[in-house]
Amino acid sequence: MSKKEYFIEEESLGVKKVSRRDMLKTAGVGGVGILIGASGIGSMLSITEGKASSAKDVVSFYGKHQSGITTKPQNHVYFAALDVTTSRKNDLITLFKEWTHASALMSEGKPIGELTSNEFLPPKDTGEAEGLSASNLTITFGVGPSLFVKDNQDRFGLKLKQPKELVDLPAFSLDALEEEWTGGDLCIQACADDMQVAFHAVRNLIRIARGKAVLRWAQPGFQRTKQADAKEGTPRNLFGFKDGTVNPDVKSEKQMNEHVWVQPGDGPNWLQNGSYLVVRRIQMFIEVWDRTNLKEQENTFGRYRDTGAPFGQKNEFDKLDIHHKQPNGEDTIPVDSHVRLSHGDGSQQILRRGYSYSNGMDLKTGSFDAGLLFLSFQRSPSKQFIPIQKRLSSMDKLNEYISHRGSALFACLPGTKNGGFIGETLFT
Amino acid sequence: MKLLKVTGSLLLSSSLLFGCANSDENSAKETVKETKNIKSDSLSGVTDEYRKYAIGEIEEFVKATEAFTTAVKNGDVDNAKALYATSRVHYERAEPIAEVFGDLDPKIDAREGDVPEAEWGGYHRIEKGLWVENTTTGYEQYAEQLMKDVNLLRAKVDTVEVTPDLLITGAVDLLNEVSTSKVTGEEDRYSHTDLFDFAANVEGADKIFQLLNPALKEKNKDLSTEIQTRFDEVFSLLNKHKIDGGYKIYTDLSEAEVKELSQAIDALAEPLSQIGIVTEAL
Ligand code: HEM
Repeated sequence: MSKKEYFIEEESLGVKKVSRRDMLKTAGVGGVGILIGASGIGSMLSITEGKASSAKDVVSFYGKHQSGITTKPQNHVYFAALDVTTSRKNDLITLFKEWTHASALMSEGKPIGELTSNEFLPPKDTGEAEGLSASNLTITFGVGPSLFVKDNQDRFGLKLKQPKELVDLPAFSLDALEEEWTGGDLCIQACADDMQVAFHAVRNLIRIARGKAVLRWAQPGFQRTKQADAKEGTPRNLFGFKDGTVNPDVKSEKQMNEHVWVQPGDGPNWLQNGSYLVVRRIQMFIEVWDRTNLKEQENTFGRYRDTGAPFGQKNEFDKLDIHHKQPNGEDTIPVDSHVRLSHGDGSQQILRRGYSYSNGMDLKTGSFDAGLLFLSFQRSPSKQFIPIQKRLSSMDKLNEYISHRGSALFACLPGTKNGGFIGETLFT
Repeated sequence: MKLLKVTGSLLLSSSLLFGCANSDENSAKETVKETKNIKSDSLSGVTDEYRKYAIGEIEEFVKATEAFTTAVKNGDVDNAKALYATSRVHYERAEPIAEVFGDLDPKIDAREGDVPEAEWGGYHRIEKGLWVENTTTGYEQYAEQLMKDVNLLRAKVDTVEVTPDLLITGAVDLLNEVSTSKVTGEEDRYSHTDLFDFAANVEGADKIFQLLNPALKEKNKDLSTEIQTRFDEVFSLLNKHKIDGGYKIYTDLSEAEVKELSQAIDALAEPLSQIGIVTEAL
C-alpha cells in the first residue's frame, strides 16, 4: 500500500485518527475502503504517521535463529567485541536479559525505555535514533572462547560447555594480527540501513553493560547503499570487484542447515540453531592495488572486473569451471587466484557477510587505513573457514595486496522467543 | 558549573531555610518533623553536611595554597614542587562548589590554552615554570595573584546555596572531569601528577554518594550496593598506583593501566548517574 493511497482516502474521508500501523494491519484483510465501510465510520479520516511503524523495514528480533545472519545484508554494520569484567555468572545472565529486552525494542525502531519524567536523571535511551525508522536493524550476539576459559581459569563455571570448535583460530601464514583488533569474550554485530541507527544500538547496549563488560575493539563498516544501487546488484569491494557473488542460498533451509546452523550432534546442545562467526579485519593496500594493471587485478581474483563473471564465462552468476583449459593448455582460472583457491573442490562453503571499512589515515604510512571487515558464518570453523583460509594464506595471489590485522571467533547463540533471552540455553 | 542556575524543584525550598544556619542538630530535627515533605528535609540535612565538607576543603585549600605560594615567592623550587599536587587535591575534591564561581575557576585552575596567554595565571602557569623551566623566577606575581584569588574564593563560598541538584549533578560531574581531562593526562601536563587530582575527584564524588546513600538505600538498595562496589573497584585500582604516600606520575602508567582506570570510571559513573532518584517521592 503506497502513501499516495492514504492521501486519497484522507481527502475524501477525513478526520478520525488512524495510525499507519492500523492501516497496515487491516490492509491484509481487504484494504482501507473496506475497513471504513465495515466499521461504519461516516466521518472524516486523517492519517497520523506512527513512529517507525512501517513494518517494511522491521526485522523481527525473535526467532529460532538470531537475525543478522541470513538477513539480507543491510547497508551498514557496527561491530563490537567486548571483554567481560564481572566475575559473576548472575551478572552475565542479567546482562543478556537486559540486552534481549533492549534489542527487541530497538529492532522495532523503539527507544529502550520510557522517557523518565525526572529531570535529575539521564534519559534511559540515548536519543539519537528518536524518530528514525527501524532501518532493518538486526543485532546478533556471540560468545568467544575466552568467555569460557581465560588464563586457564574456568571463569563462570562454563568450561564443560565450551564446544570443541570454539577455540582460537590457528595462526595462518602471513597473519599480521594486532592485539587491538583481536579476540573478545562477547560480540555484538549491529546491521542497519542507517549508520546512526546501527551505532545507536551498539552504544546503548554498551551502556547497559557498564560494570559488567567493556569495549575491547569496534569497527564500523559499509557497502554501497540500496538507494545508490536501485538494481541492488552484488556490492563491489574497495578493489572494485563484485564481492558476494558465490554464497550458499539463505532461502534454502536445507543449505542453511548444511552450511550455517549448528545441528543436533555437532557439539553441545546449547548451540543448536546457532552458528559460528569468523571475523577478520583485513587491511587492503588500495594504493598498491590502484597501480596494478587490469589484467593482473583480474588474474588475482580469476574473475572479470566489469561483469564479475568467472574467467571463461560471460555472466556474473555463471558457474566457475576450474577444469577449463585454454587452447595452450594453461588453466583458464589461475591456480593462485582467489576464487580458485577459496572455491577448492566446492565442498566447503561459508556464508560471507562482510563490509568494507575505512578508518581515515594510517598514521604510520600516510595511506588509507581501509579494507574488508570479513564476516562469515558457518556450522563448523574446522571444516569450513579454516581449510579455506589455509589454502588462501599459503598461495593466494591476493596476499600481495592485503594483510590480516584482526581476528576473532564467536559462537553466535541460538535465537529466542518473546519471554526468553539470548544465551538462555548456555547460562541455564 | 552552569547547572546551578536551573531553578530547582520544590524540594529545595526547605533546605534553603536551614542551609545557612548553624542551627544545632536537635532544633533542626524538630522542625523536620513538623513539615510535610519528609523527603526534602532529609535531603536538607544532607546539603548542610555537604556544605560543611566543601567549606572545610576550601579552608584546607587556602592553607595549602599559602604554603605553596610562599615557597614560590621564596624561590624554593623543590618545596614548591613537593606542595603542588597535594594543595590542589582540596580544590579538586570540592570542585562542584569551587566551580560555581565561573570567574574564579579559570583564574585558579586554567590550563595552558584554556584562556588567552596574557590572562593565563594560577596553578598550572606556575606548574609550567616549575617543571618545564625548573624555576620560580618570574612567577612571583602569579603566586601573589593566585593567593588573592583563592582568598576571594574562600569568602565567596559562604554565599553558595547547596541544593540537592548541585549534589546530584556534582557527583557525576566530578567523574566526568576525570573521564575528560584526568584520564587523558591533560590536567597536569608538566608535572604529571594527574593521579592526585584523579583520586581527589573520585573522593569528592564518594563524599556526595555517602551523604545521599541513606536516602538512596530506601529507594533502591541494589543501586546503592552497585555504586558502592564500583567505588571500591576504582579505589582499589588507584591504590595499586600509590607510592610514598602519594601517587605515581601519570606517565609511568602503561596504556593498559590507563584504559583500566578509564573503564572503571565509566562503570562507576553510569550507575551513579541514577542517583537522582532520591528526589522522587517514595
Ligand atoms: C580482503 C580480502 C578479500 C577480498 C577482497 C575478497 C574478495 C573476493 C571476491 C571479489 C570474490 C569473488 C566474488 C564472489 O564470489 O563473491 C571472492 C570470493 C570468495 N571469497 Fe573472498 N575475499 C577476501 C577474503 C576472503 C577470505 C579471508 C575468505 C575465507 C577464508 C574468502 C572466501 C571466499 C569464498 C569462499 C569465495 C567464493 C568462492 C567460490 O566461488 O566458491 N575471501 N572473494
